[in-house]
Amino acid sequence: MNYLARRLLTFPLILLGVSLLVFFSIRMIPGDAITAMLGTEAGLLTPVQRQALAAYFGIDQPVVVQYGRWLAGLLQGDLGISVTYGKPVLTVILERFPLTLELALLAMVIALGIGVPAGVLAATNNERSTDVVVRILAMLGQSTPGFVVGLVIIYVLSVYFGFVPAMGSFTPLWADPLANLGQLIFPAVTLGFAFAASVTRISRSAMLDVLSDDYIRTARAKGVSGSSVVWHHALPNALIPVVTLSGVEFGYLLGGAVIVEQIFALPGLGRLTLDAIGQRDYALVQGCVLFIALNFLIVNLLVDLAYAALDPRIRLSAR
Amino acid sequence: MRIIRDIASHPTGRVGAAIILLYLVLALCGALGLTPHDPLQQFRIDRLQPPSATYWMGTDLFGRDTASRLMIGIGHSFIIAFASVGLATLFGTLIGLLAGWWGGLADGLFMRAMDVLLAFPAILLALLIIAVTGPGTFTSIAAIAIVYTPIFARVVRGPTLSLKRRDFVDAARTFGSSQRYVLSRHLLLNLVAPLTVQVTLALAWALLTEAGLSFLGLGTQPPAPSLGLMMSEARNLMQQAPWLLVFPGLTIMLGILGFNLFGDALRDILDPRTQRRTA
Repeated sequence: MNYLARRLLTFPLILLGVSLLVFFSIRMIPGDAITAMLGTEAGLLTPVQRQALAAYFGIDQPVVVQYGRWLAGLLQGDLGISVTYGKPVLTVILERFPLTLELALLAMVIALGIGVPAGVLAATNNERSTDVVVRILAMLGQSTPGFVVGLVIIYVLSVYFGFVPAMGSFTPLWADPLANLGQLIFPAVTLGFAFAASVTRISRSAMLDVLSDDYIRTARAKGVSGSSVVWHHALPNALIPVVTLSGVEFGYLLGGAVIVEQIFALPGLGRLTLDAIGQRDYALVQGCVLFIALNFLIVNLLVDLAYAALDPRIRLSAR
Repeated sequence: MRIIRDIASHPTGRVGAAIILLYLVLALCGALGLTPHDPLQQFRIDRLQPPSATYWMGTDLFGRDTASRLMIGIGHSFIIAFASVGLATLFGTLIGLLAGWWGGLADGLFMRAMDVLLAFPAILLALLIIAVTGPGTFTSIAAIAIVYTPIFARVVRGPTLSLKRRDFVDAARTFGSSQRYVLSRHLLLNLVAPLTVQVTLALAWALLTEAGLSFLGLGTQPPAPSLGLMMSEARNLMQQAPWLLVFPGLTIMLGILGFNLFGDALRDILDPRTQRRTA
């Protein structure tokens, strides 16, 4: 069986595993689900009311039946009701998701926009001072947590420029693109900072590999100009590992948005998850985690398919 | 030992090792109570003092000495990072080794379970675990260990698959060596090099994840000092007391940098193919 067929076949299995993990981990929370859902107010319920609620939410059934029902609901987009918002979980998630998605995409654009040229610059100046400086900066970037970057950005902007980034509000892109960019640019830089460092390192390493290949030597021998060799002959092949890294990192950007949204008080999916944990809104925690994991899985599958399309050795290998 | 000589002669490895050693000494001093001040004592008349001869890195809103708190914080972060990576190495190695050795259905089951864990961004899986068990030091250790176990399982499984087909393994089995002996003496010893590199890099990630969880208030709980928590507390005071932001931030960054540099150097030394490429 080739790689692609194998990857497509295991995908539903992993989805099932993710759903099992999320469902059962939430049910491992000590105490019964009604108390978990209603908190201290659960103490005011009479036994009959408690029984009626258990029947309403289906938690009087055996756990396997509960899982089956939950999974069936999931397939129809029903993730339950958020007790905090009094709305379907999916509706709440979809209200917050555009911000996080845009933040992750913007962070990725910034990271690739800085990382790829920096990596190429370092590789084409291998072992010279430019290369050393880029490598040191990349290593420092990779070692700096997002929240340190975010707080330093806020500090520098507020103390040296008298400017405080807009916090707590969000203007959708389609409503006012400029205001939207103003709100998201600093969080996106924060989120993309470490990723830019990873992209720099992987681009440099891939470029060094490609630049030593025979076809590059041939192109140079034929008299192709230096910049054309780098940008037209070498870079497209060197970008393959960057594509893979970007796919994996995109999921991490969605997850990492938790911290950035917290620092910049942005009402995104990450902050929603964190608030749901604080409010013990388990249906919402479950929905958010599942939603982000699903996005991560789908992006990774797409990247693997793109990778296989780009590189026939992967497509045809039976791993 | 040769590896120590190699690291001492590796330019970035030397820096990484020096940073880690310095942090270990600071953490040990903190654990032995050799801090400039009591990290929990509140010097109320000295609140928000800038760095001085008395308070080397200033004081916080409650008049607590930042330098002393950082020393204890480094210790906390290191305990969590070492314990979680230790557990992840133990379970990941065991799972990867058995999956690769047994192959077939066991391999499929073990590795698909690892794939499920890898389907979550690290911080999100840690958040899910903490949502279930509640925040705290032990929860952080468990959460980070679970997050990084699949990575070790993958690192170990690949080489195990190729090693088990090697002649020396066949020879050992022909001579009647037990399965446990072959696994521990022949396979595991050959996996030490990739595992050592992975452990060092995982320590950097674990420090990063721990700091992130503490920053979100889901790791070490106050009043115990923690690097991430100190950054979180500095958020609203950064204009009046920037030292509360600068020193913990630099401490976290340098610690992670130390492990990253050390891990990269180890990878260079143990795998010469990467020497040319890694920064």
